[in-house]
Amino acid sequence: MSATILTVDDSRTMREMLKLALSQAGYRVIQAEDGVHGLEVLKGESPQVIVTDINMPRMDGFGFIEQVRSDAAYRGIPILVLTTESDAEKKDRARRAGATGWIVKPFDPAKLIDAIRRVAA
Amino acid sequence: MSVDAMATVKQTFFQECEEQLAELEAGLLAIERGEAEPDTVNAVFRAVHSIKGGAGAFSLEELVQFAHVFETTLDHLRTGALEPSADVLGVMLRAADLLADLVVAARDGLAVDGERSDVLVAELNALSPGGAADAEAEEDDMSDFSFTPVTVAFDFSDSAADAGRSFTVSFKPKPELYAKGNETALVLRELERLGQMEIICDASDLPLLGELDPEGAYLEWAIKLTTEKGEDAIREVFEFVEWDCSLSIQADDAETGSTDDALAALLRSIQADETVVPVALPDAAPPPAIEEPDPSAAAAKTGAARNEPGAAAPQTIRADLERVDRLIDLVGELVINQAMLSQRVIEAGHVPGSAVAIGLDELEQLTREIQECVMAIRAQAVKSVFQRMPRLVREVAGMTGKSVRLITDGEGTEVDKTVIDRLTDPLTHMIRNAIDHGLEKPEVRVAAGKPAEGVVRLSAMHRSGRIVIEVADDGAGIDRQRVKALAAGKGLIAADAPLTDEEIDNLIFLPGFSTASEVSNISGRGVGMDVVKRSIQSLGGRLSIASRPGKGSTFTMSLPLTLAVLDGMVVTVADQTLVVPLTAIIETLQPKAADVHGLGGSARVIAIRDAFTPLVDIGRELDFRSAATDPLAGVAILVETEGGRRSALLVDTIQGQRQVVIKSLESNYRHVPGIAAATILGDGRVALILDVDAVIANSQSDVTNLEPVLAAAG
Repeated sequence: MSATILTVDDSRTMREMLKLALSQAGYRVIQAEDGVHGLEVLKGESPQVIVTDINMPRMDGFGFIEQVRSDAAYRGIPILVLTTESDAEKKDRARRAGATGWIVKPFDPAKLIDAIRRVAA
Repeated sequence: MSVDAMATVKQTFFQECEEQLAELEAGLLAIERGEAEPDTVNAVFRAVHSIKGGAGAFSLEELVQFAHVFETTLDHLRTGALEPSADVLGVMLRAADLLADLVVAARDGLAVDGERSDVLVAELNALSPGGAADAEAEEDDMSDFSFTPVTVAFDFSDSAADAGRSFTVSFKPKPELYAKGNETALVLRELERLGQMEIICDASDLPLLGELDPEGAYLEWAIKLTTEKGEDAIREVFEFVEWDCSLSIQADDAETGSTDDALAALLRSIQADETVVPVALPDAAPPPAIEEPDPSAAAAKTGAARNEPGAAAPQTIRADLERVDRLIDLVGELVINQAMLSQRVIEAGHVPGSAVAIGLDELEQLTREIQECVMAIRAQAVKSVFQRMPRLVREVAGMTGKSVRLITDGEGTEVDKTVIDRLTDPLTHMIRNAIDHGLEKPEVRVAAGKPAEGVVRLSAMHRSGRIVIEVADDGAGIDRQRVKALAAGKGLIAADAPLTDEEIDNLIFLPGFSTASEVSNISGRGVGMDVVKRSIQSLGGRLSIASRPGKGSTFTMSLPLTLAVLDGMVVTVADQTLVVPLTAIIETLQPKAADVHGLGGSARVIAIRDAFTPLVDIGRELDFRSAATDPLAGVAILVETEGGRRSALLVDTIQGQRQVVIKSLESNYRHVPGIAAATILGDGRVALILDVDAVIANSQSDVTNLEPVLAAAG
């Protein structure tokens, strides 16, 4: 069975790009549009990896990571954060919130898959 | 990734850009009006941020650069470092306009006006607190970030000739590493990809089971790695975990012996301890102490989650419009087919109430429901059109030197997509017109005791099965003397024609009429209100004007909600079957001799509840017959026009009420005055759908002899 990856991003473009890259690499992709939605999706799925954006409406990436990490059922799931190169401060905050790693935007598919492999068993 | 797939995502990106831009503008306008909600500024920031992110993915550099500068300034607004003053928002709105242009340029591969963006970049930077210098530096970062390649000579080529260099890595995870979902085994697996590796696990710190904290970290790894890659590659493997572990990476000397010695020493010291475990990947890692969710519970949750898909975010799909159109076409055919079937069933002698007839009734019910559902798919809020107008208003206001505030209302009003798509042009023109011709210059307004800022109000609402859109200005209203003189001067009317105010106002819809003495490049463009009117009529809509001198003008367009179906009353006139749109009908009645009065000529009126209403003989109006019908032998249908005028249409008999599928007469034949469209009835015959307003307007022109004016106005 192929691993499932949850992508959380409010941008449809980003969601599609992630889905395209990940599904071509053989992953099963489930999607959420923001942190709140991400937590809802998690109730019914157990993805092997979560990829999340930071800047989102309703619940941002930091809040989402904290929620995931504080729930015994999900806290072991590796979480990769989408950041931009200039967001050193954001990367640091995401890390402190409990992010496993990060992917620098704009990403190329190989880098993305690389990062997934580095955190997924 | 395949090129096709990327092209699809790129298409999504530009679609999303449009939404983001609309959000951006709406947000900025809300802030400007002081109606912003706490999250508005974040939403505005996110919109620009998303555009930048997507643009980056597609290497749209100009877009990325401008979005970056814009985003930086918006961030100051977000953090409160920048006050949302009118000036600031003015710059931001213009930046939003430019961003929209850059998106279009990127989409269509057009050139970008560099000067315009330079000006705005400078303005945005000037807004950034901390001075322009800071922003300048940031901008430099973005645009002048070029470098000269430098050849770097590495001097370890000898030692790295074959097997590469050797490194000794010592890696001791902290508990935080596991808490963040990282795993030692995966890190080591990554490391192994770099080359040859020997790993020793030092478990000497591992406590007895009773004292072991399942989430603690007790192991330390000593790794000897031989790789062709450099230290950076090794560091990169530890990129995600470097804060959460003790890590040392040492390049071994070219004299590999010493490292071997060191490792040997380490090995010896470790071997002295019984707990040392030789490690084989990939099962080297300690269990990361994760409570596995109960699979059955998870499964139950799956079910629950499916039942309430994204409770907060309604789920949507994007479907190809062609498929929806095809569906609508097919449903239209289904409606016709079902009507035919009903007819056959009656002809076959099945009485109402028979099993077949009941089954058919149910089918009809279902067909109607399907049709409504399908129509709902196509329904869209007029918001998408209204959203484009603030920018237009800003531009026209700027060009004319007028101060204008746009107020929109009823943006959520839904109407069929085909109507939406064809709404932009007439609306654009009407708003241009309202600002250019309707509103006065600020000084004129002030002199007239009005606020310097003019108001254009754009509103939409549903009214009796149609959508009504109004463009109202609080300008000077129509200068009737001037309009009449102009129309007379152009030979459109006789100089002494006795016209009512309403009739004069309607002169502006005449082809070839333009009130601007010189063609303005704003309203002008060679298009008059007659073209606007025609384009609205081609949608089955009407355009009317109400004007009060000194107070302003209101243009009202009324459009059908859908161009696909119509509820109609099927009537017979001179052996022809006609359909009268139900929305226009108030009541039907049998004329009595005492109520019908002649007015001389063929004109007649009918008294309906103490009011005299013109009686329009449809058979004569449409030239189905030349002689007047005996009103007492027919049926009168009381209708109301968009303008609120009532008339009674005289027809021979009423067949019944039916939903009909609209087929365009214009595209299949040609425009016929008095006829809106055609349809196919259950018996397969074509029936014409009456254009009630046009017929009434035409019949009145008989009475008033103002044919050229009102025929055009109707």
